[in-house]
Amino acid sequence: MAQVDTTTNAGQLLAAASGGRRRLGDRVFSRTAVVAAVTILLLLAGVAVFLVSEGLPALTAGASELPEGKTFLDYVAPLAFGTALAALIAAVVAVPLAVGVALFITHVAPPRIASTLGYMVDLLAAIPSIVYGLWGIFVLGPAAVPVLKWLEEKLGWIPLFEGPASVTGRTMLVAGLVLAVMIMPIVSAIAREAFGQTPRKLTEGAQALGATRWETIRMTVLPFGRSSVISGAMLGLGRALGETMAVTIILSVSGAVTFNLIGQANPSTIAANIALDFPESSGLAINALIATGLVLFAITLVTNMGARAIIARQNHE
Amino acid sequence: MTSSKWFVVSSAAVILALALALAACGSGSDETASGSGGSVSGEIAGAGSTAQQAAQEAWIAEFENENSGVTISYDPVGSGGGREQFIAGGTAYAGSDAALSTEDGELEKAEARCKTGELIEVPNYISPIAIIYNLPGVEGLQLDPETLAKIFSQEITSWNDKAIAADNPGTELPETRITPVNRSDESGTTENFSEYLSEVVPSVWSYEVSGDWPVKGGEAASGTSGVVEAVAAGEGAIGYADASQAGELGVARIKVGSEYAEPTAEAAAKVLEESPLDKELSPGKYTIAYELDRKTESQGTYPIVLTSYLIACTRYDSADEASAVKAYLEYVVSPEGQELAAKQAGSAPLSSSLTSKVTPAIAAIEAG
Repeated sequence: MAQVDTTTNAGQLLAAASGGRRRLGDRVFSRTAVVAAVTILLLLAGVAVFLVSEGLPALTAGASELPEGKTFLDYVAPLAFGTALAALIAAVVAVPLAVGVALFITHVAPPRIASTLGYMVDLLAAIPSIVYGLWGIFVLGPAAVPVLKWLEEKLGWIPLFEGPASVTGRTMLVAGLVLAVMIMPIVSAIAREAFGQTPRKLTEGAQALGATRWETIRMTVLPFGRSSVISGAMLGLGRALGETMAVTIILSVSGAVTFNLIGQANPSTIAANIALDFPESSGLAINALIATGLVLFAITLVTNMGARAIIARQNHE
Repeated sequence: MTSSKWFVVSSAAVILALALALAACGSGSDETASGSGGSVSGEIAGAGSTAQQAAQEAWIAEFENENSGVTISYDPVGSGGGREQFIAGGTAYAGSDAALSTEDGELEKAEARCKTGELIEVPNYISPIAIIYNLPGVEGLQLDPETLAKIFSQEITSWNDKAIAADNPGTELPETRITPVNRSDESGTTENFSEYLSEVVPSVWSYEVSGDWPVKGGEAASGTSGVVEAVAAGEGAIGYADASQAGELGVARIKVGSEYAEPTAEAAAKVLEESPLDKELSPGKYTIAYELDRKTESQGTYPIVLTSYLIACTRYDSADEASAVKAYLEYVVSPEGQELAAKQAGSAPLSSSLTSKVTPAIAAIEAG
């Protein structure tokens, strides 16, 4: 049976066994699967068509008709910048943490602790984003205030911590950290899955050659799971890019394009801006908001394509 | 399937069935409780101001409770959207934080929408906007409008600034940095506060008045609750919010004339009472649009208020619709309705003289 591991071969075998005809169950299954796949494509196309058709009036409109009297590019650029910055902070913090957690669960912790911890990490993913948002402003934000002050005093020479430090803690840094907590479970789950599948003979071989635990992980587990970690990171990044509620609640947005992560004036993100301005918008302003949604769609698409390219190259090597 | 899985599935089914049964019981008992009263029936739809949302929800719940045959909906799409939908004929009434304007012929279009009937536009929701601050050790902060404008335009950046000290003789002010907090979403509260500043101290507040906060670089938070939370969290923060939501925070008194006024319901209603009608925006018998006298200097007034209007017609095509709109709007401006809004949304009830001006307009609604 080892050779016939592809589904078509198995299907043909089964069909042959039942007298040359494919069974009803098979046909139902394959139809259902095709319908499901096509539905996904239709949904995606539907969203894209909606974004383009509703966003187009704003894309073609002059600056004077658009909100704040700016051209669409000037309007969306700070938002795109804020979106990318928040997602980047989240990814930079979450990915190493997630990889660490995944390694601990798969290769360090005793089985019982490992399964409990894995369960805990998965639970993080079940918390609604608005709860993360509230946690951000009520707990993490105020708790971060002294830290932000310290960063401003000691590391103020780095543009990221230029200050003046916010007194409420509702800054880009805190929003990014909350996003990091939110995306960590996804990245960690995918990394865990991959690390767990490291061929035993590889790790055992490394150990037989006298490698320490760290060396074993570095030489066998990490290279084996690299492409999965990258795709997990991109999935997480995608979620961070589109995350709305938590950012809407936490971030103090005043439009400025700045790398200062600890101040009170932060660029908004595309998703948060839509959530904030949609309720009181009408006419072309709504088209402009939808057009920013189109930009976010494009950013996510490019991110995912980039990830695919990286993974493809990795696998090629 | 193992037996434990069967157990899970069957118990889930039982729980679901129980929940459905309970829900059915619940709605059944509701009907018997409220099935008696009310002579009006039908469905009416309204849309508009988000500032009115809490009050509208309370009014609708109470009104539907009394009149079981009526279904009323209020879509808080925003004031501009509410006016648009009303003019297009999609809704029977609208709530708007600003009176119908003559720009783009909005007022004429609304009059045309009412066909043979007349346009009704009356204030139904007044809410004082409080200046809230968080400065431990400083109570009863007093500010004059110019200082207030300079704080929010970030010209004054420290609490022990001379201008603030001049308003607060005898109070020891700390050196704390001022963190002005504004709304990050578009809102009628922002628009009214900004309008107040631009009318009273145009020399300092030269920004265009809109629902979007014009000054960049301040602390921003979403919604009234967000602003209150940000002010509560940040030492040295100052913000503006519906007075009812100020909670434990310090509320600054604002200089009006020679006195410092507090944002009370009475003081807010009094401003409207003393304001002249905007002649241009009040062409008809039943349009009562005030030109808010934000520069008032009379004692006992508080000019930083949000005024929201009801927009409707005197004539509706169907008798059902007319009587339902009439009954609902009568309830909204009635002392009971206003009291409910004060309790649920923290607005200032219409004064009795204002009520007497508003009531005839709504009484004129009839089927046509």
